Amino acid sequence: MDIMEIIKQQIEENPVILYMKGSPEAPQCGFSARAVEALIRCGKRFAYVDVLANPEIRANLPKYANWPTFPQLWVKGELIGGSDIIAEMAQTGELQKLIDEAVPE
Amino acid sequence: MAARIEAKLRAAFAPRHLEIVDESHRHAVPPGAESHFRVVLVSAAFAGLSRIARHRAVYRCLAEELAGPVHALALHTFAPEEWAGEAPPSPPCLGGDKGRAAKAPPEIATATKEEDPR
Repeated sequence: MDIMEIIKQQIEENPVILYMKGSPEAPQCGFSARAVEALIRCGKRFAYVDVLANPEIRANLPKYANWPTFPQLWVKGELIGGSDIIAEMAQTGELQKLIDEAVPE
Repeated sequence: MAARIEAKLRAAFAPRHLEIVDESHRHAVPPGAESHFRVVLVSAAFAGLSRIARHRAVYRCLAEELAGPVHALALHTFAPEEWAGEAPPSPPCLGGDKGRAAKAPPEIATATKEEDPR
């Protein structure tokens, strides 16, 4: 399958998906670590892709998303933002609300 | 590079306040690399815009730099009435490619992994 199709499918099939450097257990970048910590604190299941282990996704997601950096959080098919936006939304409680709405109990 | 970023942001956003910090030395990049920057930008242009729209506007302005040597941009955007005088600090580097290069498999994963909540 074409890499853009793979990305599209991942984003469409997972209500919450984080593209990050490293894994939730072992993030390889401070920005990814901060994003995944905020997401874990929301307490819901989420999907993730380690872009360091998936170089084609790393190379093509920025084009797909028109967003140049990682991490990228996508909720219900929509790009929410990167680490700074995730951190701000976590602080205001908006992130919890967004995730709760996207992931049913 | 910081001067170039500053010139572009000043021209595009007429900022009320602008901080650009080169944080490259804190990251796993070659000596002298100008790759990681922190930008705090307070501009009336951001009033009424969502966070993602603000960041997209900055990325558009710096598209050339981001396609080249600039690898990370910690971005803190405020409309003038939101600005309280300081922005949160950037997180530490955890190794990036250097921490992981040897382990990266060449194939593409076709499925995403699920992470259990803790």
